[in-house]
Parts: sequence; C-alpha cells; structure tokens
Amino acid sequence: MSELFRFELVSPEKLVLAAQVLQAQVPGTEGDFGILSGHAPVMTSIRPGVLEVTTRSGNAKRFYVRGGFAEADPEGLVVLAQQCIDLEELNTSDLQIEINNLKEDVVDANSDEQRGKAQFALDRLIELQAALDL
Amino acid sequence: MASLKELRNRISSVKATQKITKAMQMVAAAKLRRAQEAAEAGRPYANRMDKVIASLASKVGLDEGAPRLLAGTGRDDVHLLLVATAERGLCGGFNSNIAKLAVADANELLSAGKEVKILCVGRKGFDVLKRQYRDRMVDGSPIDFKQVKQIGFAQAEGVGRQVLTMFDNDEFDVCTLYYSEFKTVVEQIPTAQPLIPAKIIDDADEDVAMAGADAAYEYEPDEAEILADLLPRNVMTQIFRALQENAASEQGARMSAMDNATRNAGDMIDRLTLEYNRSRQAQITRELIEIISGAEALN
Repeated sequence: MSELFRFELVSPEKLVLAAQVLQAQVPGTEGDFGILSGHAPVMTSIRPGVLEVTTRSGNAKRFYVRGGFAEADPEGLVVLAQQCIDLEELNTSDLQIEINNLKEDVVDANSDEQRGKAQFALDRLIELQAALDL
Repeated sequence: MASLKELRNRISSVKATQKITKAMQMVAAAKLRRAQEAAEAGRPYANRMDKVIASLASKVGLDEGAPRLLAGTGRDDVHLLLVATAERGLCGGFNSNIAKLAVADANELLSAGKEVKILCVGRKGFDVLKRQYRDRMVDGSPIDFKQVKQIGFAQAEGVGRQVLTMFDNDEFDVCTLYYSEFKTVVEQIPTAQPLIPAKIIDDADEDVAMAGADAAYEYEPDEAEILADLLPRNVMTQIFRALQENAASEQGARMSAMDNATRNAGDMIDRLTLEYNRSRQAQITRELIEIISGAEALN
C-alpha cells in the first residue's frame, strides 16, 4: 500500500535505529502525527511519549522518546531524542519496582541535593509510565 | 658501590613496577577502544544538532527578542570557565595540559579586568586550579564522576542543568568549556570552546545548501519556540561531547604514558642487571685472588 522511506532515530549515545520503514507515528508537542513517505518538510519538537514505526515486514516497533525534535522531508524522517528506550526491552513490573524504590529514596534522602536528584529521576519514570498507559 | 643484595632488591622492585605499568597500559587500551566507540556513536546527534541550531538561528536572527543562550546577556563581565578533566592521574600531561590552558585564559581575563569563576568537572583539574584560584571556585568541590563507569548523557545533563541554573540566576555572562579533543592515541589537543552564548558554525557552503533545503520547512511550533527548547539541550549535548572526547583522550594519554613507563622500566632493568652481573663477577674475582694469594703464602 505505501512506500518505504528512510527513518533514523538518534540518541546522544548512539544511532538507535536506521531503517527503511512504512510509517512512523511521532509524538509532537502540538499533537501526534503520522508520517508516510514523501511527507512535506516539517520540523517539530517532541514531547515525552511513544514513537511507533512500522517496519518493512509490517511489524511495529515502539520507543519511548523524551526531549528533542523530529525533522521530516520527502526523503525521510530523522528523530533526535535526548532519551530513548526500546519498549521491547522494558519490563513494566521492573518499572513499577524502580518507581517505588525512588519514592523511598525521596523520603529517605538526607540532603536537599539527594532529594532533588531522586525526585528528578522519579518524575522521569512517572512520565514514562504515563506515556505507556496512553 | 651498592651491594649485590641491594641491586637484587632494586631489580625486583623495578620489575614489579614494570608489571603494573604494563597492566595499566593494557587496561587503558581496552578502555580506549570503548571510549572511542562511544565518542563516535555520539557524533551523528551532535552534528545534526549543530546544523539545526545554525539554520534556526539564521532564521530567528540576533535581534532583541533572541534567546539569551544564543545572543548572550549583552555583557561579558563575568566569565565562567567550565574545566573538564579526569578523575585519575597517571595519564601523562592530560590533566595538566587542560588546566594550563584554563589558567592562561583565566589570567588573561583577569588582567583585562573581567571577573572569573571556575567550575570543575573531575577532581584532577580542581586540585591544580584551586591552588591558584581558591576563592574563584564555584562551590567548594568539583563535580565528581568517580563512581561513574561510563559517561552517559545523564551526567552531562546534570552538569548542564547546573550551568543553566547559574546562567538563569545571572551568575555569569559568558561560559567557556575546557576539554581535550581526541585526535589520535598519541595526540590530544586541549581545547577551549565557547558554550554560552552558543557558537554558530559558519560554514558558508553548508549555509547556502541548508538555506535552499530549509526554505520550505514548516515549523511546529514556530522557529523561536523550537530554538528556545533546543538551546538548553544544545548546551548539554556540547558538554556530553566534551566529556566523551575527554574520556577517549584520557585513556589515550594514559596508554602512551604507561607505554613509555614500561619501556623506561625495561631500560632500567637492563642497566641494573648489567651492573649486578659486573659486581658479581668482581666479587668472584676478588675471592679467587684471596684464595690464590693465601695458597701462595703457605707455599
């Protein structure tokens, strides 16, 4: 039905995925949008959420992305995300355990600095959990 | 002349040292490869970030409404030097070269009547700089990554947040980042990079190409808003890149320093062994002479 186009997902640590895909669903700050091949040039920042791409074989790959932007042109789509997690590698029960641990850390922290750090990490994970429930 | 026993002891102690330096060299070589790979893997992100910021900045322009991270505060009275060094020593001139560059710049700024503040990432640079600029150090201590095995973006984010908070509180006007650029295993170049206000890469050819390609881009939300969102991220990306370059440089410097040390230890062992054998021979000869002259006296 639709044609393949080039898709790249880049995080600061590495090039997470570079592949030919059929479709991509991007969480933009002003709303989610889908991209097919031959899209008009557009550039948007992204909000924390789930990025979904449909690969050549029709399988969907899902990533949690946070902070960054997406750049689409007729040749392809490039997403730069400050943080990026492959949802296949993520275990929801582990996530819940991690959140609970961090909540304890926030309560137990004995300095403002430690508390701030734990709270920051906790907020990130809660954000992630919220994004997954959508 | 040292006794035979003393020489033996020295030889064995130098041999032990050589084993350690050899081991450190091999560890550094293994770590270097990892650090180098990490630095290379991070490049696409940083490069693209640079390009996008450059193209956005050329659109938004540097008029009054421009974000402060791009245009600066309009003054350059207070300078923050962000000095990134290693946590450990024994890596040749790596740490001191970065510190030396920072000190030279700091002195220049001070003699020009500017205010200088220094924030250190890594204990080694802090130890050197605090001797000279104790009262100019931000906080009493460096940002410490001793516990961190591999530098991730999270660390850079932490440093970046601290710098941005200081900037928002008007604690400085200009920020420069000091780190060591990784050229080759034996060549690391201490580098000073302007961090705030952001430096826009002015590559004429690229700009023309970009302008053409970007003409039809639709921005959502508008350019200024994306730029305001990206600039703080850019600070963190730059810091991250510097930390990664530093990590690779550190291991490279350590590897060549330890290689030299191993070779020197080898030379020393050779020399000591020669001396040891000589004095052993001398002793044997002396003993023989004593026996022979004793026997002759009896006859």
